[in-house]
Amino acid sequence: MKLFGYKLPMMSSLLIWAVLWEIVGQLDMTILLPPLSAILAKMVEIVPTNSFLSAFGVTARAFLVGTGFAVAIGIPVGVLMGKSVLIDRLLLPWVNMFLSAPLTALVPVLMVLFGIGEQTVIITTALFAIWIIVLDTRAGVKQISSSLVEMAHSFGASSFQAFFKIYIWAALPEILAGVRIGFIRAVKGVIIGQLLVSVVGFGRLFELYSANFLMEHFWALLLVLFFAAFTLAEGLGYLERKVDYYAASRAP
Amino acid sequence: MTSQGNTALKTTQDAPQSDIAVSVRNVSKIYGGAIHALNDMTLDFPRGQLTSLLGPSGCGKTTLLKIIGGLLDQTSGEILVNGKPVDGPGPDRAFVFQDFALMPWATVIRNVAFGLELRGIAKSEREAVAEKYIAAVGLSGFEKQYPHELSGGMRQRVGLARALSVNADVLLLDEPFSAVDEQTRRKFQEDLLALVEHEKKTFIFVTHSIEEAVYVSDQIALLLARPSRVSEIIKPDIDRSISPDALRRDPVYLDTVERIWSSLRSYVE
Ligand SMILES: Nc1ncnc2c1ncn2[C@@H]1O[C@H](COP(=O)(O)OP(=O)(O)OP(=O)(O)O)[C@@H](O)[C@H]1O
Ligand SMILES: [Mg+2]
Repeated sequence: MKLFGYKLPMMSSLLIWAVLWEIVGQLDMTILLPPLSAILAKMVEIVPTNSFLSAFGVTARAFLVGTGFAVAIGIPVGVLMGKSVLIDRLLLPWVNMFLSAPLTALVPVLMVLFGIGEQTVIITTALFAIWIIVLDTRAGVKQISSSLVEMAHSFGASSFQAFFKIYIWAALPEILAGVRIGFIRAVKGVIIGQLLVSVVGFGRLFELYSANFLMEHFWALLLVLFFAAFTLAEGLGYLERKVDYYAASRAP
Repeated sequence: MTSQGNTALKTTQDAPQSDIAVSVRNVSKIYGGAIHALNDMTLDFPRGQLTSLLGPSGCGKTTLLKIIGGLLDQTSGEILVNGKPVDGPGPDRAFVFQDFALMPWATVIRNVAFGLELRGIAKSEREAVAEKYIAAVGLSGFEKQYPHELSGGMRQRVGLARALSVNADVLLLDEPFSAVDEQTRRKFQEDLLALVEHEKKTFIFVTHSIEEAVYVSDQIALLLARPSRVSEIIKPDIDRSISPDALRRDPVYLDTVERIWSSLRSYVE
């Protein structure tokens, strides 16, 4: 990175904030904000510990299963909504409602229904991710040129073949965008689920750290989470850019 | 390339090899209970020949083609392909689309082999067939390219190769050349004539262009709108052994174009 008249790379603003954080931290203004260097040191210290690794395992599993459900259900539902006006009319109000609903408020209800445990966390995660996946998939399917669908049909494609060979590919740019945003929401979902259920994974660690005012631990965990979400989003963003070339050439 | 003039020959269930490949019987199509796109249309398509559907915009050419292709249901009437009533798309018919309808995420060879892929034919086998038709439409060397890397004319050649590779008896072409430039279009028309001769298939060809219809067709069905019907069947009696350029100056060719034009004009006015 260069300064004074030179072009700065994208992430350089983060560096400025990091420096600012370090200064404020060193000034010892508040117990809530330890210096960044201390947090990073703490991160290196706690990441290899057993309690961290097992919490990471539990969280990663809940995340993967939850987003797995969101993708496996969200994409077919989105395709159906894009294809059928009737299904669209039936489901769209609900999807829109859940997309903007404060899902956190639902978690206690889920706890009653599914118990205080991993199941509830997984369902919370899926609920955070699924609606945007449905909506984006639907938007992707709606712009598929009708002749592409007729083509598949005229060459004898079954509904199954049309789904796997035409719909998800033709709508792929939108689907990937939905999955990327859905996954970011799911990171939020899995932590909120664990926090409210408060017996498992990172949620339990967060609870533990903040209750005991272990702010270095707290921030270290948050940073780990931030990096995980960032890597995930970048990875999916990379895939999205790879299919960009045909997003432009699909127009009917 | 002589038109045999046997359209009166009856097609029956037990004579699938009759000289009529596709028979349209009293077909009507009403969209949404109000728009009469086709009205009691009856028309025969002789086997191994190219029949053009020619007519003004909105007279139901695409509608008829899609009904024959099984992509649309008729409101009443019957379509027979090789003597059997049509109920949905089938391997005996293949479509060529006006906007090409290629999969932008798939290579040329995968696009061409797509019909066979859907039938579950092994990859090596279907690619061998695709290869053959890619060569037949003059696209050898472009197998691994993607559609967006090709010109409009080349894309339609891919669409044509895809339709040929499933080895259907009947090819349905909806204004296949309308999205390509004039030079490409002429070359296409010449290639199409060669295909009709070599492939021994029945071609049903929708076009807006009178010249194109006269140039490529064994038989032209003039359609008129409101109520949509076949007004006239014209069999251009053109000597195709002469060169394409000479043909376009041929008096019979010019007369036929003129005759169709005056026919259409009398309805337009
Ligand atoms: N899906 C549809 N719903 C309602 N009306 C339709 C539909 N498709 C076509 N039509 C109407 O039916 C009539 C025939 O349409 P069609 O597309 O078959 O005409 P065409 O001869 O192919 O026209 P063009 O030369 O412009 O392609 C038109 O009046 C059109 O507006
Ligand atoms: Mg049309």
